[in-house]
Amino acid sequence: MQRINKKDIKLMTGNEACAEAAIVAGMRFFAGYPITPSSEIAEILSCRLPREGGVFIQMEDELGSMATIIGASLAGMKSMTATSGPGFSLMQENIGYASMTEIPCVIVDVQRGGPSTGLPTLPSQADVMQSRWGTHGDHPIIVVAPSTVRETFDWTIKAFNLAERFRVPVIVLLDEIIGHINEKIIFPKKEEIVIIERERTKENPKTYLPYQCVDTDIPLFADFGAGYRYNVTGLCHDETGFPTNDPEKIDALYRRLNRKIERYTDEIIEFKTVSLDDAEICIVAYGSSARSAYRAIRRAREMGIKAGIFQIFTIWPFPYEELTKISQHVKNFIVPEMNLGQIAHEVSCATGCDVIKVNRVDGGLITPDEIFERIKYVSV
Amino acid sequence: MFPYEKYLRLDKFPHIWCTGCGCGIIMKAMLRAIEKSKIPKDSIALVSGIGCSSRTPGYVDFNTLHTTHGRAIAFATGLKLAKPKLKIIVVSGDGDAIAIGGNHFIHAARRNLDMTVIVYNNYIYGMTGGQASPATPIGKKGSTAPYGSIEPSFDISGLAIAAGATFVARSTCYHAVQLDKYIEKGLLKKGFSLIEVLAPCPTYYARLNRIGTSVDMLRWYKENSIPVEAAKKMSRKEKDGKIIIGVLHNIERVEFCEEYKKLVERVKRGQATF
Repeated sequence: MQRINKKDIKLMTGNEACAEAAIVAGMRFFAGYPITPSSEIAEILSCRLPREGGVFIQMEDELGSMATIIGASLAGMKSMTATSGPGFSLMQENIGYASMTEIPCVIVDVQRGGPSTGLPTLPSQADVMQSRWGTHGDHPIIVVAPSTVRETFDWTIKAFNLAERFRVPVIVLLDEIIGHINEKIIFPKKEEIVIIERERTKENPKTYLPYQCVDTDIPLFADFGAGYRYNVTGLCHDETGFPTNDPEKIDALYRRLNRKIERYTDEIIEFKTVSLDDAEICIVAYGSSARSAYRAIRRAREMGIKAGIFQIFTIWPFPYEELTKISQHVKNFIVPEMNLGQIAHEVSCATGCDVIKVNRVDGGLITPDEIFERIKYVSV
Repeated sequence: MFPYEKYLRLDKFPHIWCTGCGCGIIMKAMLRAIEKSKIPKDSIALVSGIGCSSRTPGYVDFNTLHTTHGRAIAFATGLKLAKPKLKIIVVSGDGDAIAIGGNHFIHAARRNLDMTVIVYNNYIYGMTGGQASPATPIGKKGSTAPYGSIEPSFDISGLAIAAGATFVARSTCYHAVQLDKYIEKGLLKKGFSLIEVLAPCPTYYARLNRIGTSVDMLRWYKENSIPVEAAKKMSRKEKDGKIIIGVLHNIERVEFCEEYKKLVERVKRGQATF
């Protein structure tokens, strides 16, 4: 057995792991605005970033926080913000700007009950659809949803990698449970951690086209102030970066922006399956609800019920194809989530099955018992 | 003749501004000021929000960033803190800067973040069709104030001074020569500088208020402007309805980027504890 260095074992919360992972990923610019239950991320980074020579700034609101991290990323820094429901709503317009202008950044949303002020101190998973469609217009976005403190560490690093690789905003969906739970974490070894940087242009500044359609569909980046003097606009633009009203160029931009994610779904989508091979019942879970789902299937297996789990790490793009494949031998799908069925609908689309929903919107977490009861009900 | 072509993206012309619009006058003054201040093109980032003024970046050869409505100063904050060597100029309109973007405007001034903000104040939302803005003078019309605005207007320069800006000047499109100097001073000032420029909008403001043409607007600026030195000797009543132009405010105060740099050094030396 591989020996684990004692220093690599810690007790920490999801919010702490998130902040720590961001530093490991190379994030050196944080702008944010206080909001429960995400504030610890800002507090930790206000202490850590100056030590790393990075920048921490508390902005006047979330609209400004989002704008500021985009500005910093355009100057070449890996940047992020952290917020919760109401602040996440305020960030939406500029998240669209980052999508449209292809400026990498990471937004952490530690979900709480909504809409409006809702339940500031209680968990929820109700921002799943907002994370996909919160900003107006067809736009590319990647959303990840860890379920443990260790997964939060790993997926925060991966969020930066995805943002850099595909030049998109990436959203890390935590919730109050993962954000505040104290859990044992064994850090990965340094050499196991992969860090990706955005691909920068080597082109002559005179001939550089900031949004040139390259084979990869991901244009090459130039830091602002590095001698390229190009234009960035949220208006529909052509490969030169200047506004256009030419229908052909408009169509080309929107299709490329979305294709940039669609063609790489194999690389982006990650999920985990446990005891699904012979399963008759499949629990599709993500975030903190997955924790209860694991416990529930263990109990079910002990009682001889063939239940398995499909845990989604990347909610968007959604693993439609993978679930379609599973629906060829499983017909019963249970989706536990702390909302009124936002992902259940997607599972239903992918599987063509009537999905059994286990929902809670009372600020309480979904218990293993609640899921187990549904498993029992389906199995008879 | 000033070598404007050195700074213009000539292939982007003709511009979208209306005949008689003040935006071009301000843009040219800005270019003359940049030339005089000898700041290299590569180190300038010109940031804007949404509106007529905010189309300026498209026409000039710098690092140019056209952002969302009201957020130019916040985007510029990120650029500046990430790359303090960049010289940041924000161009904004009255609606963009002090209505939807008012919060960033006052807080950047409070932090005294090193940037020069040029507000093109045409008293109206031009791009969207002449709606009243927070700068529309009381009693004046806009397409959403058909009976005349009943709201008192904001004094943009006064707001910047109160919020903590270290250099504030006001000019008009008639006083274009003085404008160069104010912008140049603003660019050379380390800290938050604001240049407010009254700009004619003949298409909406002048038409809806039956003022006449752009020339009539410029004449009105000429006849109603008072240099700040003269205004100091005048009574409140005498100054009523007049435009006070000149360098209104010029003080020294610690700048945010410098202060942040010091904080990092202190923390690294282990001198800062919590």
